[in-house]
Amino acid sequence: MSSPILQMKDIEKHFGPVIALAGVSVDVHQGECHCLLGDNGAGKSTFIKTMSGVHKATKGEILFEGKPMNFQRPRDAISAGIATVYQDLAMIPLMSVSRNFFMGNEPIRNIGPLKFFDHKRANEITMSEMSKMGINLRGPDQAVGTLSGGERQTVAIARAVYFGAKVLILDEPTSALGVRQTSNVLATINMVRKLGVAVVFITHNVRHAMAVGDRFTVLNRGKTFGTASRGDVSPEELQDMMAGGQELATLEGSLGGTV
Amino acid sequence: MVTSNPSPAPVADERIKERSSLRKALVRPELGGMCGTVLVFTFFLLTAFDSGMFTSQGVLNWTLVSAQFAIIAVGACLLMISGEFDLSMGSMIGFAGMMIAIFGVTLGWPIWFAIIVTFILCIGIGALNGYIVIKTGLPSFIVTLALLFILRGFTIFLPQTLERKTIIGGIRDVAEGDWLASLFGGKVLTGVFQWLGDAGVISTFERGVKAGQPVVDGVPMLVVWAIGLIIFGHILLTKTRFGNWIFAAGGDAQAARYVGVPVSRVKILMFMFTAFCATVFATCQVMEFGSAGADRGVLKEFEAIISVVIGGALLTGGYGSVLGAALGALIFGVVQQGLFFAGVESSLFRVFLGIILLLAVVLNTYIRRMITGER
Ligand SMILES: Nc1ncnc2c1ncn2[C@@H]1O[C@H](COP(=O)(O)OP(=O)(O)OP(=O)(O)O)[C@@H](O)[C@H]1O
Ligand SMILES: [Mg+2]
Repeated sequence: MSSPILQMKDIEKHFGPVIALAGVSVDVHQGECHCLLGDNGAGKSTFIKTMSGVHKATKGEILFEGKPMNFQRPRDAISAGIATVYQDLAMIPLMSVSRNFFMGNEPIRNIGPLKFFDHKRANEITMSEMSKMGINLRGPDQAVGTLSGGERQTVAIARAVYFGAKVLILDEPTSALGVRQTSNVLATINMVRKLGVAVVFITHNVRHAMAVGDRFTVLNRGKTFGTASRGDVSPEELQDMMAGGQELATLEGSLGGTV
Repeated sequence: MVTSNPSPAPVADERIKERSSLRKALVRPELGGMCGTVLVFTFFLLTAFDSGMFTSQGVLNWTLVSAQFAIIAVGACLLMISGEFDLSMGSMIGFAGMMIAIFGVTLGWPIWFAIIVTFILCIGIGALNGYIVIKTGLPSFIVTLALLFILRGFTIFLPQTLERKTIIGGIRDVAEGDWLASLFGGKVLTGVFQWLGDAGVISTFERGVKAGQPVVDGVPMLVVWAIGLIIFGHILLTKTRFGNWIFAAGGDAQAARYVGVPVSRVKILMFMFTAFCATVFATCQVMEFGSAGADRGVLKEFEAIISVVIGGALLTGGYGSVLGAALGALIFGVVQQGLFFAGVESSLFRVFLGIILLLAVVLNTYIRRMITGER
């Protein structure tokens, strides 16, 4: 395999007395979908926030394309090519799709010395990028608040890909979605990966992970048991690791294997 | 762009009803303000047409009042869309006027210098407002409420200590012929109005020293400032990158930060712009009255916020329109002066204002839900 595009080495993150991450190492390659699994509070969101410049790691090293990176702000990570679609989406429902799509990256049209937001270009690109993802908008000025959860995820993913993300981080993009919308998002992930983007996909659903993942890392209470490749690990094993070992095995009998 | 495959032709979605273009053009944040304006003008044209409200002097009267509201409403509007309030606007108006008087009259500085120093001082206080709000994370409601008292306190304390009175006059004399003062106190297009007077379009004085001059002899700078600020604010908000950041900062500050919008900078700049608008208001007022008083600007912050809300902005930020706020200011001014012309007991103005505010908010909420799909 090629050398990893992003390497996280022994990342620790403390919030005051809370140790959210106690030394986690993960590397991500181009064109792979790396799944990050773990239960609620395992530290998944905290971990990817250190990747994307929201949090500064208390300890540890981040190498991006082989070079050590020291992200101070989300902007630093974004300009390096790390785009993140957060659990809470980072879409503003009151604003139109095209205003959201270009938020922070507005196309500019110069009129003399003045710089204006190029709405025409923004609208055209938004419409065409969204229809590539299979979503028909009423118009680029449609408010994001009128979209469904899955459509919003897709806008967020399309936005990241359009702006040339090399690493795309998705924090639980499927957790609030129905069956059809989930499969749409999973298909989008598959498509994005084939474009050569490295995808970091966070979920607690092993089946969703198995559907698109190439490698799997399980986080548990701020620690990891390491990374497994597709084929080397069964869904049941992942499930057990997420729950931190034995407990689930005993539960499973009574739940009839539905978890 | 990463992909190169041609985008599939957009297929019509069977679940989207076709909307007429008229409906699309009408359903916008300013719709409530437009309806209100039509309603208010219809009302006064029917009930107060003969009262002098629609003579050239009458028009000038409510235009001036509306322009005053508009100047502060533009600042309050952009600030509110960016998610913050400034309750110290009214006190800032009193404070700015008093500082111009103290610098220009008590200390005897050239008036242009007094005005420039006052602007710098007040915009600096606006920046301080913003800085405290951002650094502490406290609601701007509380922070600027504190500034409301602090600034008002100084506005009373300073003239009392320096001049042993709470009104400082004599500004007109020192402002005479000053290049900067005339930007706030003068009139433009006087030639056009003289011509209109000669042509009989507007009436002229019949006798006295002003005989032959039109009763309205120009557009006051106050109105020019109002129109200029409205145009500036509207273009900034809807046509620039920074405008998108204003919406984003107020819509969801965290989401905006995630994608690299400099939210703190946007908000602090909006506090500074609000202070700028308050100072423009104060300077025009001082030039008009020729004096500064310690009680000037009381309750103006609410009048600004009311105009903005009538104009369709959302109190919690992220949504609104400068044109709407300007219409709100117009409605406010026309109602206030119109009731006066119509001879309605002045205490009833508050009743009218309350009813208009309530109606506007209900209508605006309905319109906003249509646009944004809020539930
Ligand atoms: N800003 C913060 N301050 C203090 N503690 C925090 C902060 N952010 C996260 N934590 C703590 O860190 C731990 C990990 O949280 P994190 O959000 O990373 O979990 P997660 O794996 O994403 O969970 P979920 O599946 O519910 O999203 C939790 O115990 C949480 O309380
Ligand atoms: Mg999380």
